[in-house]
Amino acid sequence: MSILVNKDTKVIVQGFTGSEGTFHAEQCLAYGTKIVGGVTPNKGGETHLGKPVFNTVKEAVAATGATVSMVFVPPAFVADAVMEAADAGIELAVIITEGAPVRDMQMAKAYATKKNMKTIGPNCPGIITAEECKIGIMPGNIFKKGNVGLISKSGTLTYEGANQVCKEGFGITTAVGIGGDPIIGLSYKQLLPLFEADPETEAIVMIGEIGGDLEIQAAAFIKENITKPVVAFIAGQTAPKGKRMGHAGAIVSGGAGTAKEKMDALEAAGVKVVVSPADIGKAVKEVLSK
Amino acid sequence: MNIHEYQAKQIFAKYGVPTPRGIIANTSDEAVANAKELGGNIWVVKAQIHAGGRGLGGGVKLARSLEEVKTLADEILGMTLVTYQTGPEGKLVQKVYIEEGADIKDELYLGVVLDRAKEMPVIMASTEGGMAIEDVAHDTPEKIIKVAVDPAIGFQGFHGRELVFGLGITDKAEQAKLISFASKLFKVYMENDAEMIEINPLIKTGSGDFLALDGKMGFDDSALYRHPEIEAMRDISEEDADEREAGEYGLSYVSLDGEIGCMVNGAGLAMGTMDTINYMGGTPANFLDVGGKANAQTVAKGFEIILKNPNVKAIFVNIFGGIVRCDRIANGILEATKMVDVHVPVIVRLDGTNAAEAAEILRNANIANVIAATDLADGAAKAVKAAKGEN
Repeated sequence: MSILVNKDTKVIVQGFTGSEGTFHAEQCLAYGTKIVGGVTPNKGGETHLGKPVFNTVKEAVAATGATVSMVFVPPAFVADAVMEAADAGIELAVIITEGAPVRDMQMAKAYATKKNMKTIGPNCPGIITAEECKIGIMPGNIFKKGNVGLISKSGTLTYEGANQVCKEGFGITTAVGIGGDPIIGLSYKQLLPLFEADPETEAIVMIGEIGGDLEIQAAAFIKENITKPVVAFIAGQTAPKGKRMGHAGAIVSGGAGTAKEKMDALEAAGVKVVVSPADIGKAVKEVLSK
Repeated sequence: MNIHEYQAKQIFAKYGVPTPRGIIANTSDEAVANAKELGGNIWVVKAQIHAGGRGLGGGVKLARSLEEVKTLADEILGMTLVTYQTGPEGKLVQKVYIEEGADIKDELYLGVVLDRAKEMPVIMASTEGGMAIEDVAHDTPEKIIKVAVDPAIGFQGFHGRELVFGLGITDKAEQAKLISFASKLFKVYMENDAEMIEINPLIKTGSGDFLALDGKMGFDDSALYRHPEIEAMRDISEEDADEREAGEYGLSYVSLDGEIGCMVNGAGLAMGTMDTINYMGGTPANFLDVGGKANAQTVAKGFEIILKNPNVKAIFVNIFGGIVRCDRIANGILEATKMVDVHVPVIVRLDGTNAAEAAEILRNANIANVIAATDLADGAAKAVKAAKGEN
């Protein structure tokens, strides 16, 4: 079992024939992801990586029955691509592109919600169900199949966390990189119940960072609804206030969104909070051997 | 990206958001000429830097004669203004804005920011104008009115009514004026891809007019490509030179006051590395994300920028190789040490794809200053020790 995607999930790629889209689609195919085609306007009818190219998402969905889209289009075109996917009946759009304007994402997400399409990202590594389906840019080889679900705002911390979990002898069910932009798709609060319901997931790792209050919302949700053990790390305890730390949303503004307030809230909700990301693996071992 | 008050007011004026009249000056002679042109007998001389708290820091002064305009402009131009937002080092004032004096009856606060939880812009207003809004939010949160505006419907009459009734404005003419003000300001926010607008204070004059006495605007960097006229307002002298240089090479850099330089791939891991150094008793000297495509050039540039900071006693290179293979990064580090004179110990932790080959490369190179680490904890511990001179 897993959440959201598995070995049968049919995936199309928007921005299929561009250099990023090509490179990563190739890696995903090698991992075993069922990529059934892609969309690049004016290249409809061609074949790319052995898969059909379509002019529109509607055509791609009609021809392939795809339910998930992996979005690699340049930042200025992300909102358009996401709304096109929603309009065409795609169920989940995984948006990898970095640097989409915030105003565009507000509009695109509002429309996706209206059309019942889930989104992940933007500016994220994507989603992976270990040894079944990789939709994104993460190194597939570090995700061994196992019993730990992972949700993270950061790409490399996702790899760091998953690697430690696997080194301790456990593995991953599904890992979701939700991205660190101010406006993102699925977040902790929507993903936690999916892991709670997944029979194979026995523990959950959540990795957050400074800025916004998604982790605080998650803490309140965990307290009421999650029975599985949760390990958390919040990056940016040593980040200065008012400075943007790489991610567009990673900023402590007006004294709100600090690592400390998030760590306190999670701890109060019964979450095992680690101070250093180097301790994620050990903490997972500890909660799973209880 | 942030802009100066005088630039924000130029944008306000374009949308009909009322502001006092003013003209920017680079010298005290220009300041006097501007005051003459504006007319009247009272002017405000305002330091232009990208930070709040200018008045309290002595950067905003009232002049009652042209001689006084000259004296004050001479005093403010070239001063290093220290406010609660500049840090102790302060900021050099290179421009002053000469503005006509205003008849202030009441001071309000009005701002527009993104509400991340609601995923839409929110207009914030308060009767407590002229104070730091963070303090108002902390001490008397009930005095801040928040009205979220869904961009799909735009600013409607009911948004305006929520604002004016929330502020306790009962005069109908004043209500209409403030609603029109807020409606135009919301348009400024949306059409320019602003990240935040803050008017503090927004004043009510003796005749019941509302004027933006101050103006602060920040923009979404990702949207600047479609606003060349705003991009042209960038004042690079207001930005940290090292952060800007790093940005030109695709590196994301923030300087801190510790001793251990950090070079990491990914923003989250970069913050996590700083946190781990701190946890182990060391102090990070910077945040540096080399991005997903670290190579010899970017690594060399990273070393160069980190080593500009004289406090750096050791460097911790922490890379989790994903798609980028560790052996390539190891070679990049070796090349970079030839391009830049790295005179402090460099602790290198390479994990992920091809980590074993990378370790082999570093071992064979046998560079005196380079110390290999097995994982994040080991690397951070070695960096802390090296910074203390214990290696």
